[in-house]
Amino acid sequence: MYVAVKGGERAIENAHRLLANARRGDQSVADITLDQISEQLGLAVDRVMSEGSLYDRELAALAIKQARGDLIEAIFLVRAFRATLPRFGASEPVDTGAMRVQRRVSSTFKDIPGGQILGPTFDYTHRLLDPSLAEGFVPEAPATAEASTAPTPRVTDILGRDGLIEPSPQAEDGAGVGDLTREPLNFPANRDLRLQNLARGDEGFLLAMGYSTQRGYGRNHPFAGEIRFGEVEVEFAAEDVGFAVPLGSIELTECQMVNQFKGSATEAPCFTRGYGLAFGQSERKTMSMALVDRALRARELGEEAIAPAQDEEFVMSHSDNVQATGFVEHLKLPHYVDFQSELGLLRKLRKEFAEANAPDAMKEAAE
Amino acid sequence: MVTQHNNQQAQRQAAMAVLAHAEAGEIAARLRNFALPPHQDLRAPENGLVMLRGRVGGDGAPFNLGEATVSRAAVRLASGEVGFGYTLGRDGEKARLIALCDALVQSRDFGGLVERDVIAPLREQLMIRRKQAAEETAATKVDFYTMVRGEG
Repeated sequence: MYVAVKGGERAIENAHRLLANARRGDQSVADITLDQISEQLGLAVDRVMSEGSLYDRELAALAIKQARGDLIEAIFLVRAFRATLPRFGASEPVDTGAMRVQRRVSSTFKDIPGGQILGPTFDYTHRLLDPSLAEGFVPEAPATAEASTAPTPRVTDILGRDGLIEPSPQAEDGAGVGDLTREPLNFPANRDLRLQNLARGDEGFLLAMGYSTQRGYGRNHPFAGEIRFGEVEVEFAAEDVGFAVPLGSIELTECQMVNQFKGSATEAPCFTRGYGLAFGQSERKTMSMALVDRALRARELGEEAIAPAQDEEFVMSHSDNVQATGFVEHLKLPHYVDFQSELGLLRKLRKEFAEANAPDAMKEAAE
Repeated sequence: MVTQHNNQQAQRQAAMAVLAHAEAGEIAARLRNFALPPHQDLRAPENGLVMLRGRVGGDGAPFNLGEATVSRAAVRLASGEVGFGYTLGRDGEKARLIALCDALVQSRDFGGLVERDVIAPLREQLMIRRKQAAEETAATKVDFYTMVRGEG
């Protein structure tokens, strides 16, 4: 147990002053701007927005700067900030089928309507460090080609037409949308809450959980049916305006995992699905999320739930890095009172042990 | 009457869809092209959050993905039209300018003018930016060939 302590104000103040200097580093080196972070460390910004659960590039860049590049600390700062603003309401659900795709690949079909589009990707790079980036490298202008106006339907929609894949579950009439920022989490949790939890969950945790399913702990034979990244429009049904107001666009990554079949005596076998969606270009995150989403459907699909990734209470209770870091890191705060009582107990036990194991002679003498 | 109402709503939405993608400075610069009618803030710019929703599988039941910052404002023209401005981000001035444009779009005297001098040129800029991005993306379209194992 943590018991509040007093004192040390001056030392704390000076420590924060020292932190401000350590954050700034060598002052003969130029101060980094938020634009530079947003433009040149864009994927860090995307991660902070996703796990901070707040879409605002500028705030995420500020948080990264303030946290000295510690992304979990930055996520913590963003989460704290969101608590300071009122909520106007919820958007209309975004339509990822209408995304202006900047990247879209499928590992299941090579010929998909709208085509495979690599976009800006690390895939197929050689992972060799590039020294030219240390010396003011200016990239060649991007190549261009005639843009197609053909639609880019989701691969799962194409599979769905033939009934080869299960349809997405539709909302039940009058069912609200669960919000774990408003109501405490109870188990079992519905898919809406699970997806909200995973969407803001730690990328590293989800990566490890997803990986564990591939290695056999809750195997579900995944294929990356589709990964797409791009811009979607956001609309908000504002009560005062009386219609759905366009708010602008956000960048999203979506992953549709296609998994091995289910079927029964009455239902023809079909592929099952896992879903991932996150702010920005967050491929590793959405792929991991989709693997874990599918694993967490074990109960619903009548699978034996024996692996950690299939245990929704385990996954959902440990996915949030702000909660996790809070509990782990609180261990470094003063626990003097608590520790004193442990110490007292230990001394007593040791004394009893010493007495019990004392040489017989001493025991006899004592008797 | 209903059609007229729907037309105006569609027009306002179309204008907002363009304005939300512009910078406050760009909107302000375009609005300087004509003399603005008297107007006042009905609601001062205010920042808040909107919970962004996705759908399970992209097309299923909605779920809460995460929030976004949103700024909003309302402006009334002296002639009575009330305009609303909503935009992603925390730029209150931009929300106010969108609200002003929304009020002007509804005005008999200024509707045509604001479409011609503000919305249309901003829409054209937006389309140019999107076309450029689409062409850069299109250059990365790939054809994968499946090879028989042992080949290549």
